[in-house]
Amino acid sequence: MTITQGGPHSTVDQTSAKRGMNLTLRIWRQSNPSVKGKMVTYKVSDISPDMSFLEMLDVLNEQLIMQGDDPVAFDHDCREGICGMCGVMINGQAHGPQQTTTCQLHMRSFKDGDSIDIEPWRASPFPVIKDLAVDRRAFDRIIQAGGYISVPTGTAPEAHSTPVPKKDSDAAFDAATCIGCGACVAACPNASSMLFTAAKVTHLGLMPQGQPERDDRVVNMVHQQDLEGFGGCTNIGECSASCPKGISMETISRLNHDLLGALRAGARPKS
Amino acid sequence: MAKTNSVFKKVVMAVSGIIMLLFLIAHMIGNLHVFQGAESFNDYSEWLRSFGEPALPPRTLLTVIEIVLVVSVLAHMWAAIALWRQAKRARPERYVTKKSVVQTYASRTMRWGGVIIGLFIVYHLLDLTFGAANPAGTDATPYDRLVASFQNPIATTVYVVALVLLGMHLRHGIWSATQTLGQSNRRRERTVNAFAVAFATLLIAGYLVVPAAVVLGLVD
Repeated sequence: MTITQGGPHSTVDQTSAKRGMNLTLRIWRQSNPSVKGKMVTYKVSDISPDMSFLEMLDVLNEQLIMQGDDPVAFDHDCREGICGMCGVMINGQAHGPQQTTTCQLHMRSFKDGDSIDIEPWRASPFPVIKDLAVDRRAFDRIIQAGGYISVPTGTAPEAHSTPVPKKDSDAAFDAATCIGCGACVAACPNASSMLFTAAKVTHLGLMPQGQPERDDRVVNMVHQQDLEGFGGCTNIGECSASCPKGISMETISRLNHDLLGALRAGARPKS
Repeated sequence: MAKTNSVFKKVVMAVSGIIMLLFLIAHMIGNLHVFQGAESFNDYSEWLRSFGEPALPPRTLLTVIEIVLVVSVLAHMWAAIALWRQAKRARPERYVTKKSVVQTYASRTMRWGGVIIGLFIVYHLLDLTFGAANPAGTDATPYDRLVASFQNPIATTVYVVALVLLGMHLRHGIWSATQTLGQSNRRRERTVNAFAVAFATLLIAGYLVVPAAVVLGLVD
C-alpha cells in the first residue's frame, strides 16, 4: 500500500497539529542578583502535549532570541530526572502539578489556553542569579559540614565484607535518592532545608560505614543549615509532597532523634 | 550553640507543649465536677487551694502548677517567635503564586491561632479565675462565675471559638511534637495523626460540654 499525501494520514497530522496548545506564561525576569525582578507575560503557541516543560521553555527562548530579546535563564542538565539541576515554581508548586522534576513534567499536564506562573525557588540562602536560576551552593556547604564518610579511597571494597540488613539498605537507598534539587526548601512555608539534610543524615546514618561520624554529622549539618539562613522545620509536610523522589517525613524524625542523641552524648558543632 | 539550633527551638516548643497538654487534660476533668452540682464544683476549687494543708502552706499545689505553666507558656512563645522570625528571614521575597499541597488547616493556623489562644487565656483568667471580667464579679463562687459567664452569649461564643482553635492547635502540635522528638516513623505516621485528631476532638468536646450544659439550662 502506498501512502499518499492527502490520504488518511494527513488528517491524523492535522488533528495532532490541532492538539498544539496556546499558553500564556508569566515568568519572573531578573537580570542580575542586585536588581528587582518582576513577572513578565509571554505567549507561546502550538506547544505539543508531548513536550517536557523545559522543552516548552526552549521554544519560548528560541522565540525570544529570534526577536532579539534576552532568553529566560533556567537551570537544567540531564533532563532525565536524576541530576537535580532543574526546578522552578510552576503555578505555585515546586516542579509543578506532578510529583516529579521539572524536566520530567510534560505539557500534557496543562490545557490549551492555560496561564502558567513560573518563578524561581524563593529562599534567602538561594539567591537568584538570573531569572529562574538560583544559587544552591548552600546545599553544598551543608554536605561539606558532614554529608560524607571518611574512608580510604582506592579499589571498591569486597561487597560482602560489610553486611547490611536488607531493611536498612532499602531505607538508606530511599533517602539516598535525594537529588538535592531544592524543591523541599522552595515548597516549605518556612523555607527550611530540613528534608534535604534529613535525607543525607538518614542515608548515611543507616549504613555501617556512616556510624563513626554519625553524631558529628547530624550536629554539624544542622548547624550549617541554620548558619546558611534556612528556616526551621514545623512538620507541615509540603517538602515531602513536593519532593520528586518522595523522600518521607520519617527522615526528619530520624534526624531529630539522632540530633537529640548526639547532643546528649556531648557532640557539638565544629565552628 | 543552642541559640542558633532550630531543632533545639522545636524541642523547647514540643516539651513545653506537652506540659501544657497534661495540664489541659487535668483542667478538663476538673471542669466536669460542674455536673455534680455547685457544692462539688466549689469544693474541688477549694481542695486545689488547700491541698496538703496543714503540712503544706495554702496554695502550694496551685502555685507550683502556676509556675510550671507560666514557664511553659513563655518557653513556648519564645520558640514560636524565634522560629517565626527565622522563617521570615529565610524567605524575604514571597511567591507571586503559592499553592499548598498537603498543608492542613490546623498547621496553617498554628502561629496566629497561637496568638489568639494566648489572648483568650488572659481573658479567661480575668473572667473565671480573678473574676474581674466576670458578670458575677470577684466575690462570687467559682460555680456562679462559670454559670454567669456562659449565660452571656458573647462570652460563650468567644470560649467556643478559642477552644476550637485550641483543638486544631493540638491536632498539629501532637503530630509535630512526635516528629520533633524523633518518635515518628513511616509505620507510625498514620497512627500518630489519627491519635492527634481523636485526642484533640475528645479533649475539646470535654471542655465544650460545660458551656453547652449552661446554654441548654442543664446547669444553672
